[in-house]
Amino acid sequence: MSRHAAAPADPTGERPVLSIEHLKVTFATDTGDVKAVDDVSFAVAPGEILAIVGESGSGKTVTAKTILGLLPETAISSGAVLISGNNVISVTPAHLRQIRGLEVAMVFQEPSTALNPVFTVGWQIAEGLRAHGNVSKKEARTRAIEALGKVGIPEPEKRVDYYPHQFSGGQKQRVVIAAALALNPGLIVADEPTTALDVTVQAEILELLRELRDVYGTSIVLITHNMGVVADLADRVVVMYQGDVVEEATSEVLFDSPQEAYTRKLLAAVPHLGRNSASEGFTERAHQDTDVLVRAEHLVIEYPGRLGTPAFRAVDDVSFTISAGEVFGLVGESGSGKTTIGRAIAGLNKTTGGSLKVLGYEMLNFKERSFRPLRKDIGFVFQDPAASFNPQLTIGECVAEPILIHEDRTAAEVTKRVEELLEAVQLPRSYADRYPHELSGGQRQRASLARGLALNPKLLIADEPTSALDVSVQAKVLELFKEIQAEFGFAALFISHDLAVVDMLSHWVGVLFKGKLVEEGISSVVMGSPQHDYTKRLIASLPVPDPREQALRREANRALLFG
Amino acid sequence: MARKDQPLIRRLPVISHLNKSVGLQRGMLVAGIVITALFLITALFAPLIAPYGYSQRFPVSQEPPSGAHIWGTTAGGYDVFSRTIWGAQTAVYVIVVAVLLSIFIGVALGLVSGYLGGWLDRILVVVADAIYAFPTLLLAIVMSIAISRGQSSMWGGIFSAAISITVVFIPQYFRVIRAETIRLKAEPFVESAMVVGASSVRIMARHIYKNATRTLPLIFTLNASEAILTLAALGFLGFGIEPSSAAEWGYDLNHAQTDATAGIWWTGVFPGAAIVLTVLGLTLLGESMNDLNDPRLRGRRRAGKAPRTAPTAPAPLPADAALTKEVAS
Repeated sequence: MSRHAAAPADPTGERPVLSIEHLKVTFATDTGDVKAVDDVSFAVAPGEILAIVGESGSGKTVTAKTILGLLPETAISSGAVLISGNNVISVTPAHLRQIRGLEVAMVFQEPSTALNPVFTVGWQIAEGLRAHGNVSKKEARTRAIEALGKVGIPEPEKRVDYYPHQFSGGQKQRVVIAAALALNPGLIVADEPTTALDVTVQAEILELLRELRDVYGTSIVLITHNMGVVADLADRVVVMYQGDVVEEATSEVLFDSPQEAYTRKLLAAVPHLGRNSASEGFTERAHQDTDVLVRAEHLVIEYPGRLGTPAFRAVDDVSFTISAGEVFGLVGESGSGKTTIGRAIAGLNKTTGGSLKVLGYEMLNFKERSFRPLRKDIGFVFQDPAASFNPQLTIGECVAEPILIHEDRTAAEVTKRVEELLEAVQLPRSYADRYPHELSGGQRQRASLARGLALNPKLLIADEPTSALDVSVQAKVLELFKEIQAEFGFAALFISHDLAVVDMLSHWVGVLFKGKLVEEGISSVVMGSPQHDYTKRLIASLPVPDPREQALRREANRALLFG
Repeated sequence: MARKDQPLIRRLPVISHLNKSVGLQRGMLVAGIVITALFLITALFAPLIAPYGYSQRFPVSQEPPSGAHIWGTTAGGYDVFSRTIWGAQTAVYVIVVAVLLSIFIGVALGLVSGYLGGWLDRILVVVADAIYAFPTLLLAIVMSIAISRGQSSMWGGIFSAAISITVVFIPQYFRVIRAETIRLKAEPFVESAMVVGASSVRIMARHIYKNATRTLPLIFTLNASEAILTLAALGFLGFGIEPSSAAEWGYDLNHAQTDATAGIWWTGVFPGAAIVLTVLGLTLLGESMNDLNDPRLRGRRRAGKAPRTAPTAPAPLPADAALTKEVAS
């Protein structure tokens, strides 16, 4: 492991803010010890943004937690994590508390759970100040206001007394960052700081983190799985795989000429907007000569409000059609109503107005009994493959379920059909006898696809089918989806928040914003030259996995993104 | 959680819990298992262990422990040892009948109520809440009087005790299963069954039932100890089983009250200790299972120590680890 020597790659010769030497972390579990981090060494220079990237299980979050001494009791760690000369692993708990907040602070993934809902944000920001020495109430408040101002919250004097629920998701993340900044630590550890946020909000938070570094010289350790975020923000990148550092290089070098095979594979799997588009070269909408399977006209879907509050309109006057054989991509941010539309087509949500015809059946006031026979023509692939299988049934039983319900076949025929389906999604036949938890995420999503296709449906609805998967797995599943769609020729409604993924698969794309369909068109055309302001902003916010291109895009779109 | 690839025997509730326990938790669980096993064995072999029948009377009353009556005799001339042993059998009958009745009804109602929802759900929840609001013992007394009408044969007594307990327990099972069902109803795997067109009965039977009933062994043990206490309380208050129909600890305790002031300790201590021990054993078992089911409460071996069960890939010994570290640095 000498290639990852502890010596920091520090151009300025300054002492590193953080240096990790030969870190090993082992967890005790029910099935024996699990090595989460195995001999990791790197250093972070003052004012540097270091990204740790890797897929789930690579040990990147465990490494980040070790920096703050936040590992659970079941973990033991060895090696050294030096923050200004103090080894976090071996210091006393009292000393560790001193280091936390003053020298290193953390920004968490989910801002809505990182803030305590019963205290004002000002109180929470000041909590760190109170923990580190005597500050008067007045001074704490002044400094909390100052911190809120730093992170770009408008009217900080007023909003310091607000509670977390009065802020939007992006603003909450700003508050979390403000709390981390309260004591001016030299280092901030940000664990997936933008993963829970929409892409337009993500762009703003990334901009804020960049400013912090530029203005205050704060070093940042950025943990992420999103290569676009890395390209946008990081100076240097550490690639981790199964607890080990695979490659370490500056951002430009890593993206331009990755050395290790794993890094190359990882980068190749990242979807890149504008490359590999399914509708490349299309000039008009395909499949218009076939039957229309889904026709929505002025569709309205409302969720009933509580007593005294009006109903929430999730889908507002949306019209579109899906023809046989066509892949219709539906993109939008959280709360845009894209999932609601998908669920309404599958009869999981009721529609409240307008008209939605699915295979000729009017879904307004639909009755489960009369709609049930049509269900065999509709397949559904859910977002989370782990949760969409009954943990008590084998994969074979799960895939066979639609066949058993709708067709009268002998047991041998069903088994044969299940095997055919598993082969179609490139899973070994023997997997029919396994239980869902014995499969990996990607394998489960393939099995989910097999279940969706079991009755040769005319329409397949895929709701964020790859967003719970690692990027390399996502690439394979998307490739498979594309192949199978071409082979079976079913129509598909592909719902995703990821523009690049939608572009890879769909022929025609609709962009939803707050329940309204603001733009639709041929995917490659919409992605290439968006017309609506929201679509423009959405596409401009998406960081591309190439540092140089991303820097240019950022500057070009500055006015659009940050006003 | 028990892994599916292990043999069935290791996945059974108590055994799988024993396998993943460690330290003090393991001690508590083992103590619970031992006491509960002792209780069950006593109940099963009562005819062999007890020297006399439970309704056999002797002319010697209130005799201190001796060779013929090792735990002495009561004022009514019953042999205390035999009555205590036979009492275990009665307790097991009552637990089995009470818990079986309440599990079947409670689980079925919980599934239907939670899955279908609507007015049926509302009515059932209100009824369950109303039963909850009642003092349980009072309810059991009323039920016992209504069922037995003063007549009590052995099975009549057991059933009246069991059914009075059942009335109190059904809402408990109902609530647990209903809550689980409502949670599971929103799970994608249930939705995916709806999307493929599965009927409500199929979804309840195939998808929800098995997933909702995983906590039942735990409630079963905890309720079993409560059932014993309720039975003893009924007996103590005089609503239990007549001494001529079956041995019952609560009845014996009731009749030992006056003895205690007269210095006759043996008539009260043994049935009392039997109740305490049985309840303690069942509670230890139930509570340990509860803690072990929750990964956050479960204690674990420290990492780095050799695991107890042989793993597929042997963990490095401490010496090896030190060596690797040296090589690395």
